[in-house]
Amino acid sequence: MRDVFVVSGGVSKFAKARPDRTFQPMVKEAYDYVLQDIGLEFKQAAELIEGSTASYFSDHFGRQLMGGAMTTDYLGLCPKHNKRIEGGGATGGLNFQAGWESVASGRFDIVLTYGWETMSHVNTWKGNEFIALASDVSFDYPVGGFYSGYYAMMVTRHMKEYGTTVEQLGLVSVKNHNNAFYNPYAQKRMKINIEDVRNSEMVAWPLTMLDICTMSDGAAAVLFASEEGMKKLEKATGNTIKPTKVVGVGGGMDAMRMADRPHGKVPLLPHENAEDYKNLKYPGVHSFRSGRNASIEAYKMAGIADPINELDFIELHDAYTSSEIQTYEDMGLCKYGEGGGFVESGAPFMPGLDYGYKLPEQGKIPVNPSGGLIACGHPVGATGLMQAVFGHWQCQGTIDKHFGDKTLQIKDCNRGAIHSHAGTGTYVTVSILEKGF
Amino acid sequence: MAEKKKYFKLPETDDGTTVFKVPFPENLEHLKEMSPIYIKQPYQIDYLHSYGQDSPFFAGLTAGKLLSTKCPKCGYSYGTPRLHCMYCGTECDWVELPREGYVHCFTVCHFGSEAFLPETPFILIMVEWPDVDTLFLARLVDVDPADASLDWIGMKIRAQFRRNCKLNPTDVYFVPA
Repeated sequence: MRDVFVVSGGVSKFAKARPDRTFQPMVKEAYDYVLQDIGLEFKQAAELIEGSTASYFSDHFGRQLMGGAMTTDYLGLCPKHNKRIEGGGATGGLNFQAGWESVASGRFDIVLTYGWETMSHVNTWKGNEFIALASDVSFDYPVGGFYSGYYAMMVTRHMKEYGTTVEQLGLVSVKNHNNAFYNPYAQKRMKINIEDVRNSEMVAWPLTMLDICTMSDGAAAVLFASEEGMKKLEKATGNTIKPTKVVGVGGGMDAMRMADRPHGKVPLLPHENAEDYKNLKYPGVHSFRSGRNASIEAYKMAGIADPINELDFIELHDAYTSSEIQTYEDMGLCKYGEGGGFVESGAPFMPGLDYGYKLPEQGKIPVNPSGGLIACGHPVGATGLMQAVFGHWQCQGTIDKHFGDKTLQIKDCNRGAIHSHAGTGTYVTVSILEKGF
Repeated sequence: MAEKKKYFKLPETDDGTTVFKVPFPENLEHLKEMSPIYIKQPYQIDYLHSYGQDSPFFAGLTAGKLLSTKCPKCGYSYGTPRLHCMYCGTECDWVELPREGYVHCFTVCHFGSEAFLPETPFILIMVEWPDVDTLFLARLVDVDPADASLDWIGMKIRAQFRRNCKLNPTDVYFVPA
């Protein structure tokens, strides 16, 4: 396998609705940003990019099949290879890894991954119906198919099992919304407190509107290259590339029906002991075995033995405040069962920001410095790539340049993880990014 | 005098969206400032969904029986049927589940997918049985959704069956035992 680098990224401003554009020019906004950030001309790009991959989740939302074909021609990348990548909420993360694969394998030296979703074409509750079709339509969907309901069932079990509280969930929402206040790309930029979260409308007990990400229209794009590819890009642009190296990739999967998840043993990370979990039935419905598997693989490849001390940030898939807490545990930032206490400790908050709460370990490992899905929005096929773009800028140290505000730049940032996740923990990807210059 | 050529014209119809005039600028450069045009595109379909190998489960509901499967080789038992065992690939046997089980986890849905909005608030639960390895998703009724509490977890519950079956998994529902 060859070394693979992220050389540039771009994101369209996520919004509730983008009626001014169909999806192709929305992707072009992200693509144009990718090109201008390294000084590459449109025609040079069309010559140098050897292939592309497209990600969008739902055929129902778009009511347009082969959207990748329509976007590839819009970006001027025909007649070269394109294919679609899809895997529910993790669609973007899977696409990121597809980009990595096509360079690592030696197939391409320069490849573009792009993704989008247009979720505004139906009303919110019809949208929820479409999303719930990503659950078993014989046994799950007809009982009351509603993803917020599925995740709420997981968290009631987590609360019962471990004593996790709704205030701890609320704290995740506070953190992510307050971070997004400094991110101009975010859909919801607001300073809130735990009471605001608890007082917002109840959706699926105990999750309120502010515990749940919103639907969005948006696009994101990431350009990958090998060492050879970077030389070609530098020659074409006359500029020095400041890349991020992809040092680890991992993936996981679990049974689609939550009912089918086993109650067995925890697959351990290097810093854990079997003794820690001798009474735990795993994953049940309280944890994501796929997230654990993806973490084990990605950490192993990146040579990470102690994630909390060897990563500078994590952008993880917080479709729900509860799933952020569950994911802390899967990714080994704390032990299973300690996720609620972990957010209370302040460890996943940005250092130096005032959130209005006493946070004794504030800033130990910032999680979702961008504001995550909860505040940035979740245009499904773009989301995992958005995390990659924000992660690339963090490792580059260029947050100020791209956000016009340096508040969210992590100091001396060298290495971070991005985590993408689908339907109640089915498809999950974890990728590790490292400063590459 | 040459006669003006008459080109063919489609007959005008009154169905669908009828547009008489969209505001249009004199200067084409101003078109980029135009606000987007929305139209409504209806989409309705009846799928012929076969329950396939899971059909006996639905037949069971009409007979007041809650069925699932068990692996004859490794003994793994499922709370929601699957024809082939996830752990050894063997074809499973149909078995009847106990009428009484326990709440493993729950939620009260105050919103939902469009299809279920009229039924809100409704309670979703996963049912567990002591000697069954996996769970079953169902509705819990005859408790007040406003009383939602973690104390519901572990509640002993009993399966009830609709007399007029809809051949949906909601033909079985649970009540406090």
